[in-house]
Amino acid sequence: MSNSKILANGVDVYYGSKQALFGISMDIKEKEVTALIGPSGCGKSTFLRCINRMNDLIEICKVSGSIKVDNEEIISEKTDVVSLRSKIGMVFQKPNPFPKSIFDNVAYGPTIHGLVDSKNELEEIVHSSLKKAGLFDEVKDRLNEPGTSLSGGQQQRLCIARAIAVNPEIILMDEPCSALDPIATAIIEELIDELRLNYTIIIVTHSMQQAARVSQKTCFFHLGELIETGETNKIFTNPDNTKTQDYITGRFG
Amino acid sequence: MFFWSLVLIAVGIFSSFIYARSRIKLNSKKQGTKSKSLPNYYAQYVLMWCLFPALIVYFSWAIFQEQIIQNIVISNFEFIEGAVYNEGLLLAEIRNVANNPSFADGKSIEIINAASHYSSLRQISQISFYTSIIIIMLLGALYASQKLKPEFHAQHTIEKYIQYILIFCSSVAIFTTIGIVFSLIFESLRFFAEVSIFEFLFSTEWYPFIPIREGQTAAEGSFGAVPIFAGTFLVMVVAMCVAVPLGLLTAIYLAEYASQRVRKIVKPLLEILAGIPTIVYGFFAFVSVAPFVKAFGQSIGIDASPTSALAAGMVMGVMIIPFISSLSDDVINSVPQSLREASLGIGANKAETIKKVILPAALPGIVGAFLLAISRAIGETMIVVVAAGTAPNLTGNPFENVTTVTVQIVVALIGDQEFDNPRTLSAFALGLVLFVITLFLNIIALQIVKRYRERYE
Repeated sequence: MSNSKILANGVDVYYGSKQALFGISMDIKEKEVTALIGPSGCGKSTFLRCINRMNDLIEICKVSGSIKVDNEEIISEKTDVVSLRSKIGMVFQKPNPFPKSIFDNVAYGPTIHGLVDSKNELEEIVHSSLKKAGLFDEVKDRLNEPGTSLSGGQQQRLCIARAIAVNPEIILMDEPCSALDPIATAIIEELIDELRLNYTIIIVTHSMQQAARVSQKTCFFHLGELIETGETNKIFTNPDNTKTQDYITGRFG
Repeated sequence: MFFWSLVLIAVGIFSSFIYARSRIKLNSKKQGTKSKSLPNYYAQYVLMWCLFPALIVYFSWAIFQEQIIQNIVISNFEFIEGAVYNEGLLLAEIRNVANNPSFADGKSIEIINAASHYSSLRQISQISFYTSIIIIMLLGALYASQKLKPEFHAQHTIEKYIQYILIFCSSVAIFTTIGIVFSLIFESLRFFAEVSIFEFLFSTEWYPFIPIREGQTAAEGSFGAVPIFAGTFLVMVVAMCVAVPLGLLTAIYLAEYASQRVRKIVKPLLEILAGIPTIVYGFFAFVSVAPFVKAFGQSIGIDASPTSALAAGMVMGVMIIPFISSLSDDVINSVPQSLREASLGIGANKAETIKKVILPAALPGIVGAFLLAISRAIGETMIVVVAAGTAPNLTGNPFENVTTVTVQIVVALIGDQEFDNPRTLSAFALGLVLFVITLFLNIIALQIVKRYRERYE
């Protein structure tokens, strides 16, 4: 239990009067890939967005319970959301590069956090982030072109590079491959596998194959409740709960 | 006369509608087949064939009747040799006598004859008007009734007619615009025949008061519009200095910071600002702002005139705030939420997100909003008429009296003048310049806004 990175305890989420999550408790280990699976509307993205307080953007959304990141409570008025989010990177469902150059996209985070003192240093961070995201070789000759000119898969890797440029410890991925073709998806999945060595990754996915391929732990959500959580191998071969069994064999969802 | 004919047409189309509907039902029953379209479509078809020919007759009568009758009366008038006639006065006299026989006393026999001629022509016209309406409606209904067979696709035909009607309606606005442009151009050409276009565009003296009577000592009119353009520009700059920061910051507050509830209250309030009649702004500028500007000018040692570019420009700036704030608000709102999330997700705070991501992304649209506001500002009339003055000063000092294009157009057209001298004609030349400038600003602005929209949708 010593290397627990994120510890959620009894997390409830309400959208207005509608309850979206019911007492979610979860323990996420360091430097592992945890997959959140479940049918649409089951609350897995909502939970993901609790971890970096992205739900704050929705006026009617109320979160209660406790989530601790590195033993620090983050569901609190006192939490410094800005530093929390610089520690937790996020990759979204649809690639969302800024309408700026490839270089500026990646340089954005380090610049606003004042992580660099010189131009060379910034360049170094940008290059290394792009390398870590497996994009550098494809774009090294056109770093000044707009990020939106890249293909969908490249854009998504650019977004990953942008996220890791601020040197986060955790990366949240909200269905990062749902807008991509199979080849781009395979590249991203490989990338996730590499990133696992340095980052704690939580990935929401609709594809059970993807969960099986990239994750070590899997959590199954259904109707706002966490039904089962465990080793990915076990969940996919011998789940304890019949609902999980039904879902992964394709009987609903 | 024209009212009762409208009643006649209404009765005609109503009965044709009823008739056609029962007729098509009868016909399809007789043939034992179902009609291709619903009975109402057949009825509409017949109705249209009744209505539109009748309307054409109606309007051509309304437009041409009086003219034709007058021409006939005049051409048959027994002119007395040697006497001088003014045709307009003569016609008015004839009409008066015809409408009111008591005016006939003391009029010459020619006038009285012509008046009775006029009355009889009107009677003939009226009778033939009603007859032709009835005949044309009957003909239309008769023609259309032949199509009342179950195998006729009435609905398709109706769709086509509706399309024609829509095309006609939309072309009304277009042709009106073209008409206005041409009248501007032709009247301006008349102006430029008397005043050289170079003098107008580049000379700095604007004294449009030409001598009216011969021998009057007033100076020759001179038509250098530079001070007017400069004044317009000055007022516009002042207005934009007020409106751009206030409007843009309002938009940012509304789009990014305000809660739904505040937004729901503030946005309509701002739009009320846009609905205030500009003359109200005008006397607000004159009564409240101008004295304040004058006092302020004196307190810092500048001699301000009671009406000034600053007063007019400031109030105009307030007037165009809603344009900028409302358009910019829309533009900022249409920046995809995903960009906000991306920036916040990296750990940027709200101000950084707005400054570095949202505003750059929204910039083209915001510039478009500015341009639309500018074109609105330079076309604005009432505020400047009341609060900027009419003196064509070539100055960069906003405390001074200036005048604008729109003000000079008003000045040129006030009074009882015919459009035959450069002073009144100058209104058209100024109008043309104004039109060209605002047209270009609008085209550029719309292009920018459009390109921006395409990128994100």
